[in-house]
Amino acid sequence: MNRYPLWKNLLVAGVVLFGAIIAAPNLFGDDPALQITREDGAPLAAATIDVVTSALAAAEIEFLSTEVDGGAALVRFGNVESQLAASTVVREELPFHVVALTLAPRTPVLLSALGLQPMSLGLDLRGGVHFLYQVDLDTALTQYLQTFESDIRARLREAGIRNRVRVNGDFVEVPIVDREQLDAAGDIVYSLDPLLNISSATFDGDPGFRIALAPMQVTERQNFAIQQNTITLRNRVNELGVAEPVVQRQGIDRILVQLPGVQDPSQAERILGATATLEFRLVDTENDPFDAERRGRAPLNSILRFDTSGVPVLLRRDVIVSGDQLTDATFGYSQGQPAVFVRLNNQGANRMLEVTQANLNRMMAVLFIEEKPEIIERDGEQIMRTTREETVINQATIRGVFSSRFQITGVSPFEGQDLALMLRAGALATPIVKVEERTIGPSLGQDNIERGRNAVVLGFLLVVIFMTLYYRVFGLIANLALFANLVLIIALLSLLQASLTLPGIAGIVLTVGMAVDANVLIFERIREELRNGNSPQASIRAGYDKAFSTIADANITTLIAAVVLFAFGTGPVKGFAITLTLGIVTSMFTAIIGTRAVVNLIYGSRQVGSLSIGGQAAPA
Amino acid sequence: MSLFGKTPSFDFMGKRRLAEVLSVILIVVSFGSLFIRGLNFGIDFTGGVLLEVAYEGTADLAEIREVLTEAGFGTPLVQNFGTADEALIRLPPQENQDGGEIRDNVLGALQASDPTVELRRIEFVESQVGEDLTEQGSLAMLIALILIFIYVMLRFRWKFAAGAIAALVHDVVLLVGYFSVFGIGFDLTIVAAILATIGYSLNDTIVVFDRIRENFRIMRRGSAVDIINTSINQMLARTLITAVTTLLVLISLFVLGGEAVSGFALALIVGIVVGTYSSIYIASALALALDVSPADLMPVKREEVDELP
Repeated sequence: MNRYPLWKNLLVAGVVLFGAIIAAPNLFGDDPALQITREDGAPLAAATIDVVTSALAAAEIEFLSTEVDGGAALVRFGNVESQLAASTVVREELPFHVVALTLAPRTPVLLSALGLQPMSLGLDLRGGVHFLYQVDLDTALTQYLQTFESDIRARLREAGIRNRVRVNGDFVEVPIVDREQLDAAGDIVYSLDPLLNISSATFDGDPGFRIALAPMQVTERQNFAIQQNTITLRNRVNELGVAEPVVQRQGIDRILVQLPGVQDPSQAERILGATATLEFRLVDTENDPFDAERRGRAPLNSILRFDTSGVPVLLRRDVIVSGDQLTDATFGYSQGQPAVFVRLNNQGANRMLEVTQANLNRMMAVLFIEEKPEIIERDGEQIMRTTREETVINQATIRGVFSSRFQITGVSPFEGQDLALMLRAGALATPIVKVEERTIGPSLGQDNIERGRNAVVLGFLLVVIFMTLYYRVFGLIANLALFANLVLIIALLSLLQASLTLPGIAGIVLTVGMAVDANVLIFERIREELRNGNSPQASIRAGYDKAFSTIADANITTLIAAVVLFAFGTGPVKGFAITLTLGIVTSMFTAIIGTRAVVNLIYGSRQVGSLSIGGQAAPA
Repeated sequence: MSLFGKTPSFDFMGKRRLAEVLSVILIVVSFGSLFIRGLNFGIDFTGGVLLEVAYEGTADLAEIREVLTEAGFGTPLVQNFGTADEALIRLPPQENQDGGEIRDNVLGALQASDPTVELRRIEFVESQVGEDLTEQGSLAMLIALILIFIYVMLRFRWKFAAGAIAALVHDVVLLVGYFSVFGIGFDLTIVAAILATIGYSLNDTIVVFDRIRENFRIMRRGSAVDIINTSINQMLARTLITAVTTLLVLISLFVLGGEAVSGFALALIVGIVVGTYSSIYIASALALALDVSPADLMPVKREEVDELP
């Protein structure tokens, strides 16, 4: 007799049922939707949703439903076209709000109340932008050395010691001009930081010190640079208004950014990649900028710059306020005109007050400075370089005396929004450069989902037909296990919220093919036992027992390959490794314990003359 | 239905010389091709720009090529992708332009010649990322092989571990050789396919080894050749059926999965065929060549499972 104890049957039934419930949210699909939140993160006003619905009604855009959950509102649409049209309408209607394109799952309330979610889809399936940034760690270290340089210079000057301190490569060099002062300088240099590696050296005949960072300081500083960039990127991504973005460190010096649903990578990139700062300067109206352009030289105390359309502008050399004194910048409307509202810190406010008092009704300009990192090749080596672009983006007459709060008008809504975003996100501490970009259009994502689904369905059907023809009733049992296996993989993916990608689907397809292997091993063994004249019950027992160690060995070795793949792989490889790993684990359960439970239920508790396992009939 | 009415009795090991010659020829061809032609690395490894665009109506490949060459993007590689309306464009790494500029410039140039163009996908990879990937991929494969060797050694002793690893190396060489000979694009997903092949082929090999070990215990009098032959024959039905079910799903993936995964599916299809062949011939033949005896097969620790009647 072959019978499972009750608990084993319950375990099998329980796991499958549980898996089915967890996998259930995937059955319902999703709607294109808009997710609306406030820029400052505060909860939405109750009336916001009414504003949205009436604006959509006025624009004759049909939507399915609206819901408000905590700080965010969600508006569902029947198709992508109305979603896109609506996003334009809603953005215009709601300044100070972030309107993100997203896919909202149609999970029934009953399931979502249990905290159950469908699988999250990778970028290749839902469309979006993928950026990989590299952090310029060399610059980060140089900046760190520069802080020591200026510290030393200040302290030596205080002590009246003449020096020529400078940063040279990986070192801070401190040549001392007057030998008499060498000992006093040494006391100061050695008291800086006990971790620093300091040695005596001679520079062009001057004695002095050479300072290098300790390995621990280098690592610490590099980690710091990456963390800071990760945080800045995350803030910028949040401002970009993307549902479910990914910003994470990858490897030693890279940061991965994934923006699902983003359809304009150029805009995303402008906001993520550039370091922006502002300088407020008075406009030099006494001299002719065109004349200066012709002569290629600006008058004394002025600088020559150009505005966005290439028209020359002369600016006063003195900076009134610079970007680091800026505390906030938001986009909005002032008397119907698009405007950027700027706030300054105390220092900046005092300076602004002074200047506006003295220069009422004169022109003030905003100089926009963008630092773009790029990689260039020099002597066969790739090095990172930062280029600086300065543009006059705004000139306005000073209409009143102001200090800490003022507004910049005369920008288009588009420029204003971008400008406010970049200013608020603050300057990046260390230059980063994009080393990889992948953009997947939304239609391609939809195609990929369909293709993947079709491939899984067809592959599954082919295997099911084959197994039924070949192994009869046992084949049907294996098919049942295969289906349960598929449900469990989907349940685990939903539970882990690991992104499903196209290679991931390929992994599932492969698992479907390989999962029956365990059953093939067992069934072939049972047939063999039957051929050797054993009774059906004994053959079943022997078949499962003898095949077990083989199945275990075979699966563990495959698992090793899959886990290594997961640990070392990135992107597509990782997606494939996840589903393959999950598939191996779940298939062991369903193919061995699961099928045995069903076989026992059908044949286990009675006298059986023969087994319906295909091939030769066993002697009774 | 049954593949074989009773356990077949093909003389696999008797033909092993033939298989050895075949394998040696294939390996030489693979290395020769790798040496002469190399691999057609995708932008994952070389760096560069890949764009997938769709037109309303047939994509004019010649015109795309001309437009982009005129716009100064070097010599682009343009081919149809999936349907006649879609094109895949590959550009060499661009100097002094970052991904955003390339995207805008390329799209601008294409739109000027045909405004219906739609950007479906763009990938931009710096060559340095590619170098890192090559390094990581090779390292992953090496570590996988070492771990597998250790596991098989613990379970079967070293002669079989050597056989298993030899079979895997054989598979990888032939598979990479196949990509080189036919000049098929070699990208990250292909690396995943190769590692999956390693997993599959190993699975096959272990199953045969397991039976060999069992038979060494039962058939005390048989010669090693006989025992190995019997074992392979006993497992033959299983080996072929698993290959068939796996191939069934891979073929459906190849046919329905679209261009993006067809290369991956094809790599696996070739991998399954090669892996099945190698676990029959290479792994067992090498173990035989190393003169296996029952003592080489007993696991270090006896497993209770094996002791069951």
